Amino acid sequence: MSAIAPTRHVQTTVELALRGRRRDVAGRVFQGGLLLSLLLSLAILIVLLGTSLSDAWPVLSSRAGAFVTSNVSRLDVRAGVRQGIVGSMILIGFVAIVAMPLGIAAAIYLQEYARDTRINRLLTTNIRNLAGVPSIVYGILGLVVFVQALRAVTGPNVFGRSYVSGGLTLSALVLPIVILITMEALRAVPRSIREAAYGVGATQWEVVRHHVLPYAAPGIFTGAILSLARAFGETAPLLLVGAVTGYLSTPGGRTPLEILQGQYTSLPTQIFSWSRLAGDGWKANTAAAIIVLLVIILVVNLAAILLRNRYDRRW
Amino acid sequence: MGVCDCDLVMASTAGDRSLSIERLRGRPRRRRKEALVRVLLVIATTISLVISIAIVVALIEQTIRFLAAVDLGELWTEGWRPRSGQFDLLTIFIGTLEVSVIAMVIAAPLGLGAAMYLSEYATPSTRRRLKPILETLAGIPSVVLGYFALQVVNPMLVQGLFGATSTFTIMAAGIGVGILTIPLVASVAEDAMYAVPNALREAAFGIGARRKTVATRVVFPAAVSGVVASLILGFSRALGETMVVAIAAGATAGATRHWNPLEPGQTMTGAISSLAIGSDQVKGAAGLNPFDALYFVGLLLFMLTLALNVMSERFVRRVRRDF
Repeated sequence: MSAIAPTRHVQTTVELALRGRRRDVAGRVFQGGLLLSLLLSLAILIVLLGTSLSDAWPVLSSRAGAFVTSNVSRLDVRAGVRQGIVGSMILIGFVAIVAMPLGIAAAIYLQEYARDTRINRLLTTNIRNLAGVPSIVYGILGLVVFVQALRAVTGPNVFGRSYVSGGLTLSALVLPIVILITMEALRAVPRSIREAAYGVGATQWEVVRHHVLPYAAPGIFTGAILSLARAFGETAPLLLVGAVTGYLSTPGGRTPLEILQGQYTSLPTQIFSWSRLAGDGWKANTAAAIIVLLVIILVVNLAAILLRNRYDRRW
Repeated sequence: MGVCDCDLVMASTAGDRSLSIERLRGRPRRRRKEALVRVLLVIATTISLVISIAIVVALIEQTIRFLAAVDLGELWTEGWRPRSGQFDLLTIFIGTLEVSVIAMVIAAPLGLGAAMYLSEYATPSTRRRLKPILETLAGIPSVVLGYFALQVVNPMLVQGLFGATSTFTIMAAGIGVGILTIPLVASVAEDAMYAVPNALREAAFGIGARRKTVATRVVFPAAVSGVVASLILGFSRALGETMVVAIAAGATAGATRHWNPLEPGQTMTGAISSLAIGSDQVKGAAGLNPFDALYFVGLLLFMLTLALNVMSERFVRRVRRDF
């Protein structure tokens, strides 16, 4: 083999001759430009993280522990994000309990059960459009339905501005996204799996439950994690359904129901309200809260990406 | 899978060996379970329809209440100051348009460039390594980009490069929204380019085309409806973006009608959020609650983004039909 391999010199001469004796400069520049546009996104991410870290340094270096464990305060040197973190976690729990099962069930129906009728196509189109509705419009929905109309249930003592309202609003927001991602994961499972199961006498639900869902599970799970991360960082709709932007007292010794029907805030809401306050102390607090938020979201997203790469399966 | 609903086996051990339609259907319990599951799934599916109807009804009902109370002339006289009963739609519409156009000036080249690189130039392994950049960017919450626009983009780019003097500018908000929109444009456009069949590329390479020629003259025209869809979707996303504008565009207390992107301004989404958190919320003229303006603006925003999304869906469907 090596005896007949062309020398490097011959190889470049032939290559040049084939290319018309010119190096493809324009092509290289074009390719470089495209790569640059991708790398610029990376640069933005790095600058974003870098400035947030350097802005947050006064807080992170002196009182990182206290910052995460203390409540909101009027004094910038004593304010912390504990209530925001707890609030966001409760909201996310709400979304996980309400939106995930509903979304997965709807996707199973549309992908596995529904025939290709006009009504079912309309339902799918409707869900696609719902996924494109701006999040603040979901906030208005939450305000009218959960805060005003259902006030007696969602939070009789706080004018309906409770965890229940916030959680339901976020659930409505991520529901279409969960449905679409789950449908895609189900679609990727090949027909032959279903047909094999039907062939040995399984009913439709048994086919879905024991054969389709297990294969689609990694995709569904990744999608679920990403939608939860999305809900975690969502702010605009919560401003409308009354997340507290100022001082919030969270007295101890309440029953879980009282907590859920009570006032709330979330980590992104705290970031928003702090970002509007003047002074270097608040700027550092805002940046520190952003670091906390980003760490949580990036860890969750990384987990989802790794999970997908690990179980990514080509049929 | 460790399940034993083996009716036929059970039946045959019971001694009844005749084969009937009734037995092939399975045990009644098993059939009831099937029916029950089906009903539950249908209910779950209907909820999405209920949400859509609730959105439309809520918006329209409250809008009618607002329009009945407001002096309609106020919707066209200059200035958005709900506190003093001024609800000029053109003011916030111009702001929205400016932010979205600036956002697209950022997101269209960067998003399409990234999409073309990933689809036409990157090897599978670089693709796997580079794609998480866009996925990470897509995961950054909009409040964070609002802070970034206010603390970094405005002082460094807008004030430094364009000589703006205000802490809050439409331009900074637009750039922030643009950064948020890059991943969406990139992912939709990349899907469209990736879907172009290899036969087209190979035919072009076969007659001696260079890589750039294939990318720009073969793949791009073939994927053009998907590219258009990605731009429309990006624009619609930019219209609906709230937090960046609420933080970086300023003008929470009101805005004048102007076209200058180097000054603070108000957008439709910004107007809704500042009405909601009460920075504009003071009882106005008798019977008119300025707060109700947010439903009207919300309805307009909803219709605008819906129209754009339906349009982009058409384009996406054309890609699917072509290949």
